Amino acid sequence: MENMMYTLQDYMLHTENTLYIIMGMSLIGMVWFWFFLTGNQEDE
Amino acid sequence: MSEQDGVATQENGAMDEKNVFFTPFNVIAGGIVIVGLLLTILRFTKGLGTVTNLSNTQPWGLWIGFDLMCGVALAAGGYTTSAACYLFGMKQYHSAVRPAILTGFLGYATVLVSLLYDVGRPDRLIMAYPFIVQQGTTSLLFEVGLCVMLYLLVLFLEFSPIPLEWLGLRKARTIAVKLTIMLTIFGVVLSTLHQSSLGALFLIAPSKVHPLWYSPYIAVFFFVSSIIAGLSMVIFESSLSHRAFHSNMGKPYLEAHDPLVFGYAKAAALVLFGYFIIKLMGVAAGNHWTLLGTPYGIWFLVEVFGFVALPCLLFTIGFRDKNPGFIKSAAILSIIGIVLNRLNVSIITFNWQKPLSEKYIPSWMEVMLSIFMVTCLVLVFRFIVTRMPVFYDHPDFTNNH
Repeated sequence: MENMMYTLQDYMLHTENTLYIIMGMSLIGMVWFWFFLTGNQEDE
Repeated sequence: MSEQDGVATQENGAMDEKNVFFTPFNVIAGGIVIVGLLLTILRFTKGLGTVTNLSNTQPWGLWIGFDLMCGVALAAGGYTTSAACYLFGMKQYHSAVRPAILTGFLGYATVLVSLLYDVGRPDRLIMAYPFIVQQGTTSLLFEVGLCVMLYLLVLFLEFSPIPLEWLGLRKARTIAVKLTIMLTIFGVVLSTLHQSSLGALFLIAPSKVHPLWYSPYIAVFFFVSSIIAGLSMVIFESSLSHRAFHSNMGKPYLEAHDPLVFGYAKAAALVLFGYFIIKLMGVAAGNHWTLLGTPYGIWFLVEVFGFVALPCLLFTIGFRDKNPGFIKSAAILSIIGIVLNRLNVSIITFNWQKPLSEKYIPSWMEVMLSIFMVTCLVLVFRFIVTRMPVFYDHPDFTNNH
């Protein structure tokens, strides 16, 4: 029951929290992905 | 050579010509064109109700969902390639510009023709009634219509050096080439506007589009996915052309093929990665996690993992290991993914709350007319590339681009 959202404030806080976490992870993930993608190029 | 031998040789020649003309492709394409023309007559004499299953509940069907939505997205190769070459200075992709512009031009022309089939009053569209007589300037559809119309003109002008070189009209060709940079900028602006607005059209129907596909950011989804469609289409089309029109290709075009495929694969992998993230953010922004367990949710996961994440991985491995096979498979998967996404938004999950019995299923005539459109596009493409300097530099204009 403690996960129930009663107000718009609850909803916004929950969704924005999730979005910011995904955003932060994506930024780190993008850097990792770039290095993975171009990894073989440096060897050539 | 005796007279008999001469007659036999002539007969063999005629037989060869007959064999060249009656290839399996030509026979199938000819059959589709004949059926398509008959259905066209039926559509324009008996009306929309005779050939389509459209209704007031579902006024947009296959011709909008496939011909228009997918056609516009898949023709995005024109602006992505010309922007990469002329605006971002990636001259190594110059050989891809002409085929991409041609595909884009024919794609948009097909979109416009499909729209004439789909609207209730095609005569008004031909007379530019919505732009001259009654402008709906507050409507996104007005913006889409205006952009598509202007972009078709831009693509025609960008394409014009090809027929002008073919016809030997040197002065007109020089003027057309001088307009290239301006047209490219104009093309990028117009494409950004209408690719996104096509998605924004669905903002008017938040309760009809399934929540997993509907998002306030749907315009961004459509724009980003159009870049993927454009890049994948260039890879797919160039690989196909490389096989089918190899004899029509000049040396620079043949040499530039592999670097083009790898370069585009790298770009497509990056954009797909970004698209996957924003799709994830779309679900998070609406807090729709619980819907992922439903049948529609599973279908959504199939689209996102099967046709976004998987091609992203294949493009990445293909680029890293320089494996064209992986890249071509990824391009095909991406194209299917974009088509699936557009169909999901506009047809499959549209009116998702209605039972299946009340949902729109296109009639065979609608499907046949869509196939007819695609066939006509392929036939015109083949006609142009086998005659005009698309895959090779015209001898009179070499080093004159």
